[in-house]
Amino acid sequence: MAAVTPLLSTRGLSKSFGGLRAVHAVDFDLPEGQIRALIGPNGAGKTTFVSLLCGRITADEGNVHFAGRDVTALPAHRRIQAGMAYTFQITSVFPRLSLHENIALAARRRLGHDREGVRAAVGHALDMVGLAGRANQLAGDLSYGHQRLVEIAMGLAQAPRLLILDEPTQGLSDSEISEFNALIRSIASETTVLLIEHNMQVVMELAEFITVLNFGEVLAEGEPEAIRRNPAVQEAYLGTAHA
Amino acid sequence: MDFGPYLFLASLEGAVTAAVLALTAAGLSLVFGIMRVVNVAHGEFFMLGAVIAWWVASLAGGHPAVGFVLALVIAPLIVAAIAALADFLVLKRVQYDPERTIVATIGLLYIIQQTVLMTYGPEARPVEAPFNHRIYFPWFGYSTYKFFVIGAAIALLLGLWLVMTRTRLGIVLRATQLDRETALAFAIPVERVYALTFGLGAGLAALGAVLVVPIQQAHYLMGGDPLLLSFIVVIIGGLGSLAGTVVAAVLIGMSDGIISVFFSPTLAKIIATLAVALVLVFRPQGLFGKAAR
Amino acid sequence: MTPTAKAFLLHGGLVLALVAGHFILPEYHQGNLARIMALAVYAMGYNVLFGYSGLLSLGHAMFFSAGMYGMGLSVQHLGFGAGPAFVCGILAGVVLATAVGVLALRTTGVAFMIVTLMFSQAVFLTILYFTPWTRGDEGFVIQPVDRMLFGIDLSDATYRYFAALVLFAIVMLATSRLIQAPFGRVLIAIRENEERTRMLGYDVYRHKLGAVILSGTISAVSGAAYGLLFGYVGASFASVQYSILPLLWVLLGGAGTIVGPFLGTLFMFYLIDLTSSITTAYMLLAGAALVLLTLFAPEGLAGSFRRRLAPWLP
Repeated sequence: MAAVTPLLSTRGLSKSFGGLRAVHAVDFDLPEGQIRALIGPNGAGKTTFVSLLCGRITADEGNVHFAGRDVTALPAHRRIQAGMAYTFQITSVFPRLSLHENIALAARRRLGHDREGVRAAVGHALDMVGLAGRANQLAGDLSYGHQRLVEIAMGLAQAPRLLILDEPTQGLSDSEISEFNALIRSIASETTVLLIEHNMQVVMELAEFITVLNFGEVLAEGEPEAIRRNPAVQEAYLGTAHA
Repeated sequence: MDFGPYLFLASLEGAVTAAVLALTAAGLSLVFGIMRVVNVAHGEFFMLGAVIAWWVASLAGGHPAVGFVLALVIAPLIVAAIAALADFLVLKRVQYDPERTIVATIGLLYIIQQTVLMTYGPEARPVEAPFNHRIYFPWFGYSTYKFFVIGAAIALLLGLWLVMTRTRLGIVLRATQLDRETALAFAIPVERVYALTFGLGAGLAALGAVLVVPIQQAHYLMGGDPLLLSFIVVIIGGLGSLAGTVVAAVLIGMSDGIISVFFSPTLAKIIATLAVALVLVFRPQGLFGKAAR
Repeated sequence: MTPTAKAFLLHGGLVLALVAGHFILPEYHQGNLARIMALAVYAMGYNVLFGYSGLLSLGHAMFFSAGMYGMGLSVQHLGFGAGPAFVCGILAGVVLATAVGVLALRTTGVAFMIVTLMFSQAVFLTILYFTPWTRGDEGFVIQPVDRMLFGIDLSDATYRYFAALVLFAIVMLATSRLIQAPFGRVLIAIRENEERTRMLGYDVYRHKLGAVILSGTISAVSGAAYGLLFGYVGASFASVQYSILPLLWVLLGGAGTIVGPFLGTLFMFYLIDLTSSITTAYMLLAGAALVLLTLFAPEGLAGSFRRRLAPWLP
């Protein structure tokens, strides 16, 4: 594996807000095709870290390489164009637009004026999240759980090389969560997935590899079983309020 | 006249402009600082102050000082009441949404201005100064009333500063400015604070107008310039900063007085409006504000 | 019927009704309608930015007057004919809109409103400052001899009516195509949720800049056309009032709808026309309308119609 260049890697990535070191000197490698979970106690810097990856905030130090090039200096939209897709932790859809248009916006950036192609991509993405019958509803009229699925469908419709999901199962019911797990497994052959997740069941079921952040630094990395048994990880979780 | 005395005269005129401007802009700054809304009708509250001052003074009769003193008390109160009413009827109902508030206050601007046109008429009318002695410098005489304007403005601004820093009301206002939600949690009646702030802001503009109306006549279109200049001052001084506003008012007032002696007033205004736009574009925290984050 | 077909019928029907208007209406109202159509083009230009992109400008008079003076000054001082002068007006609008867009789009929200207001005020004052060339407040007349376009005399009431109608129809068609195109769809997305749009990989700044340039250019087209059709160029068209009016028209008619700008212009024009025969303080009505719309009908006429009866309305 060492010979293969990872899809995404960071070296010495750091970000402070005021005096607070939100992310500090993180070295991170994500090989192509993996489902990676990023976990850690509340305030460990997970969301800050992925925001640095996709360019929503700029790093103080360090660099981000994606798909073979240094993207550290690129603005967010250029990184997305390079093949990242990001779903928000707090649902962020276009509430006054139809589901179809929400997804079409995601697909159109890559497909442009190809109307048929966009229509097919929208149908496919809605199918995958099980919202096919609702294409003409306004996104704002959906339940919270369904809006999260719309968000994921928007990620899928971009056909990204890397899909970053920030707490995707928050607010989903148990049955929706198992559908979500199946969905992620089904796309894993085409897409690398980076998953921030609090729900340990989802993490253990999906992740092939886990990175644990604590106080903005990498505390441990390894396969799910190794992480589960790691005493430092247990302490980090037990030492704070369990999420 | 030689250059020196000329500059001296220009500085005196500038100081008068700066004094009135500081009062007017302080009102705008207060409203923006506490309520986070831009009041486009601010200039019309200034104009209302001047028109009501004329009305009070002409009803009072007797010695000009009687009418003037009455106007100085009554006009700001009436204007403040009108503004508080506008806050209650309009601004509160658009939930102080910044963009909708601007559109609504543009509407208020025309309502006030055109109502004055219909009632007071298109004439410009003077209010007699309460006293009008002249001090004679070696080169020219100068009205003592204008010195009074400068002194009164300084006194009023000091008063405002004392209210903001030393009284319970000031604490309540500043608490609301810092954080609306927390203020609500501490049982501060935010709605009433907003109405009061809007009234106080308009009242300050009216005060400035009453002071200036013996020098400059009352006219229904007189609100445009104070609005523009107050915008300039508040933006250059840093949005919502009272101290910055006063410093900027002195700077702009003085330079306006001096520049318009040497340049055409239109050119001076072009430069000023462009300067404001560019300050907002490149230094939105104002020239004197600290960079935010 | 598909939404597209309904929209086509509605817009086509409006154009046909306006054609019929020429044969049915008394001359006085024809003159008014010609003005309303030319001004509705201005409102449609404003709507591209405000209604579809969610950017509230308080300075569109600068674009309207850039078109008007670009046209008028090139007739007056360069001896251009109507056609080249019209192009000059449009170019003036493109250049100004690009420059203003690049600067003003560094700001957002309230700051954007104030920056556009200030730039527009600077343009207005500049027109006054160069009074020897622009004749300032007084303005100047474009002689009928300079208003011949492709052999058509635009000072003739009938030709004028149809010239305004053709322009109106073209711009209405163009804006409705624009919002169906991917570019327009992204503008709407930016209006609805800017951060989400950026995180879908769209260059938000470039789209907004495109919207400012398009909107400014359409406004300039309207200004140049208005000057040519009615033969007068004056500084009052650059004043704050002419920045507020398109906002009022679009708010009244319905922001983010295709027919809204026309409806708003039509209603406000006649309201002011009726009021100004009673009092000089006719802008009182505009003020009251702004306050009432903000309070009770932020969607405007076409917007309420869309919400209650016709969700297909573009």
